Amino acid sequence: MNRRENLKLLFTGSVGAGLLLTGCEPEQEAVQGQLMTGGTPGGRTDEEKLRDAKLLEETFFTEEEKKKLSTLVDIIMPADSESPSATELKVPDFIEFMMKDQPNNQTPMRGGLMWLDFEADEKFGKPFNELTKEQVIQIVDLVAWPEKAAPEYIGGVRWFNMLRNLTCSGYFSTEAGWKYMGYMGNQANVWDGVPQNVLDKHGLSNPEKYSDLFLKPEDRAKVAQWDEEGNLIG
Amino acid sequence: MSFQIKTSAEPYDVIIVGSGAGGGMASKILSEAGLSVAVVEAGGDFDPAKEEDRTQLRPPWESPRRGAGTKIRPFGDFDQAIGGWEIDGEPYTRKDGTQFDWFRSRMVGGRTNHWGRISLRFGPNDFKRASIDGLGHDWPIGYDELKPYYDKVDKLIGVFGTKEGIYNEPDGFFLPPPKPRLHELFIKKGADKAAIPMIPSRLSMLTRPINNERGVCFFCAQCNRACQAYADFSAGTCLVHPAMKKGKVDLYTHSMVRKVTTDDQGKATGVSFISKVDMKEYKLKSRVVVLGASACESSRIMMNSKSKSYPNGIGADSGVLGRYLHDSTGASRSGIMPDLIDRERYNEDGVGGMHMYTPWWLDNKKLDFARGYHIEYWGGMGQPSYGAGGGMDAMRKYIKDEFGNPSPNGGYGEGLKKDIRRIYGSTLGMSGRGESVPMYDNYCEIDPNVVDKYGIPVLRFHYKWTDQEIKQAKHMQDTFEEILTGAGATLLGEKPGPDTLYGLAAPGRIIHEVGTTRMGNDPKSSVVNSNCQAHDCKNLFVVDAGPFVSQADKNPTWTILALSWRTSEYIVDQLKQKNI
Repeated sequence: MNRRENLKLLFTGSVGAGLLLTGCEPEQEAVQGQLMTGGTPGGRTDEEKLRDAKLLEETFFTEEEKKKLSTLVDIIMPADSESPSATELKVPDFIEFMMKDQPNNQTPMRGGLMWLDFEADEKFGKPFNELTKEQVIQIVDLVAWPEKAAPEYIGGVRWFNMLRNLTCSGYFSTEAGWKYMGYMGNQANVWDGVPQNVLDKHGLSNPEKYSDLFLKPEDRAKVAQWDEEGNLIG
Repeated sequence: MSFQIKTSAEPYDVIIVGSGAGGGMASKILSEAGLSVAVVEAGGDFDPAKEEDRTQLRPPWESPRRGAGTKIRPFGDFDQAIGGWEIDGEPYTRKDGTQFDWFRSRMVGGRTNHWGRISLRFGPNDFKRASIDGLGHDWPIGYDELKPYYDKVDKLIGVFGTKEGIYNEPDGFFLPPPKPRLHELFIKKGADKAAIPMIPSRLSMLTRPINNERGVCFFCAQCNRACQAYADFSAGTCLVHPAMKKGKVDLYTHSMVRKVTTDDQGKATGVSFISKVDMKEYKLKSRVVVLGASACESSRIMMNSKSKSYPNGIGADSGVLGRYLHDSTGASRSGIMPDLIDRERYNEDGVGGMHMYTPWWLDNKKLDFARGYHIEYWGGMGQPSYGAGGGMDAMRKYIKDEFGNPSPNGGYGEGLKKDIRRIYGSTLGMSGRGESVPMYDNYCEIDPNVVDKYGIPVLRFHYKWTDQEIKQAKHMQDTFEEILTGAGATLLGEKPGPDTLYGLAAPGRIIHEVGTTRMGNDPKSSVVNSNCQAHDCKNLFVVDAGPFVSQADKNPTWTILALSWRTSEYIVDQLKQKNI
């Protein structure tokens, strides 16, 4: 092996990936053994793998907070005849992860959950987690309707908007969420334009000028050939 | 391990720094000419066809953040641009309270793995803007010089589109374009009313095969995740890896180039780089050095290539190294289409980008700003992932019940869930991407006080938009409203006004930064000559967007590819003639 080949081996072989972990502390090495158990797959850097594993190990919400959160996400996205509830789709676990992934949301989220107890005590003399369903709704209604909310609840409205957004994110990014939404993509297919009945319904049509030029599905296997002017001839 | 070996004994013919569009094309053309090539890449290897690298077709529930962006992947957890606006340990700074945001990708293929594949040729006017409006400078070459290379790039890589015969939007060798999506047909109604053209897009995705090595598009709309069938263009899958298979090409990954090394005669002798693996310094030797590290990174390397022969760095005595940095302009607007609420469901993914777009259509002589813009459109029933069902605190009021009463904003429960389903796929929007005027005072330079974690001095940016760009953004906003309203959409949000520079994105945000090693015939006002060869270092070439004299309203990649091909042929010729 000459010197260049030797040097090449250092950087082009399997040595590159993985060596970035060599300086790890013992606890990081322990984490390393659990890589890919829940972190995002696909071309991750070592930094990304470590970060995902670390975030998945940490806990943000207390048990009490998680109970509040579960109550709330099921009010925002309850089960119905067509679809499961947010807790059935593990939305609280998703929100737990997002608190650690985007830590800027931690303080407002925690603040909102704490406010629930203040309001529950003011109104009912009990902590939020001990309220009846009806009492919970009374509190939620104070902050769930941005245009109807009293001015003193504007901070609570902002918090509930964040919670609503996170709940919807966690809900519709699941298999059941896709099914409810009617999303039919994310699979190999052949696009041949908007279905005719849909075009008809909206009174629209494909631009006629291009009707001979648009892709014809039956040509998809034919290797393209052009004449010298750039016209497709095969 | 034998880390004591720090210098390679045998020189390569060519060392290429960077494996994106420019470096990738150079690796292909130079290795096909029989030259031995080293490609030095700051990130890791990447191949979307390998299961361990694949993110294509992964549903959001495979990501704990459901596809949300991270610092290292700002465009989403499955997006294949590893790096982002801020990279740990690799800072850059800004000067005089100005803003420039620098997007970098650290991986084989660079930013070509995730880009929009909008593959537009510069037109004849785009090379001669100064002659037309008196601002900036002309390129030393014109469309005729690049046309044969654009033709070759079209056939080698593949791009769909239609021949339109528009003078400054030259036609090429096009594959068949896909039919429009529903929202694009609505938008076209609005564009037609406003007499604004809207034509099939020109994207480098294979709607039909061009050879037997790459597959065809299967319409998943996920080109930004890089294609496992190689049905879209990225430099790794279409250029670097094929070159490695066929030619004498060695790929050095995780290798951060510090400088170009030179001898006492001022000839480049190779590069010195830091291995991210062991944080040690290595040297490679070559007869020719090609920089394709991105406009700003390549100029940084040249600035840092100080030696006895180049006390200020290579190219620095031109006085314009790092100068004339410019990015495309960008502004956006969105709306909601009442006709699309409760729409019928079908698979509308399509290709990973718009199916129709608007090329620049007006004459700037009749306008109060100098340069044009094109319009990109978006909308439709995209994949629900992080962000799905969001914004109902402001959007729900656009949904009406059977009696025409609007839903209240916000809320919760089964009604909210139904409304989210009803509104799905009814929002749409557009973004302008325009040409800015290159300015001497917009630049990057070495920050004398800051180094990165490899000890390499970092860039400091200074950038301000001029009235030209601000007035252009104002025009975009008027146009967007006209198209959206004509299409029957309800406008969302307030129209951006002068307080936000009409929604003009900060410099760098459109990720089309060019011009820092610009080409020209005069060594006193340009860094490289018309063959992208450094005026003051004959065996050093630049193949990224640094040599652009002006960035048209087109995306730069197709021109980077064409220029790199042309430069590579020139290198082969000069080596044959023993001129370098």
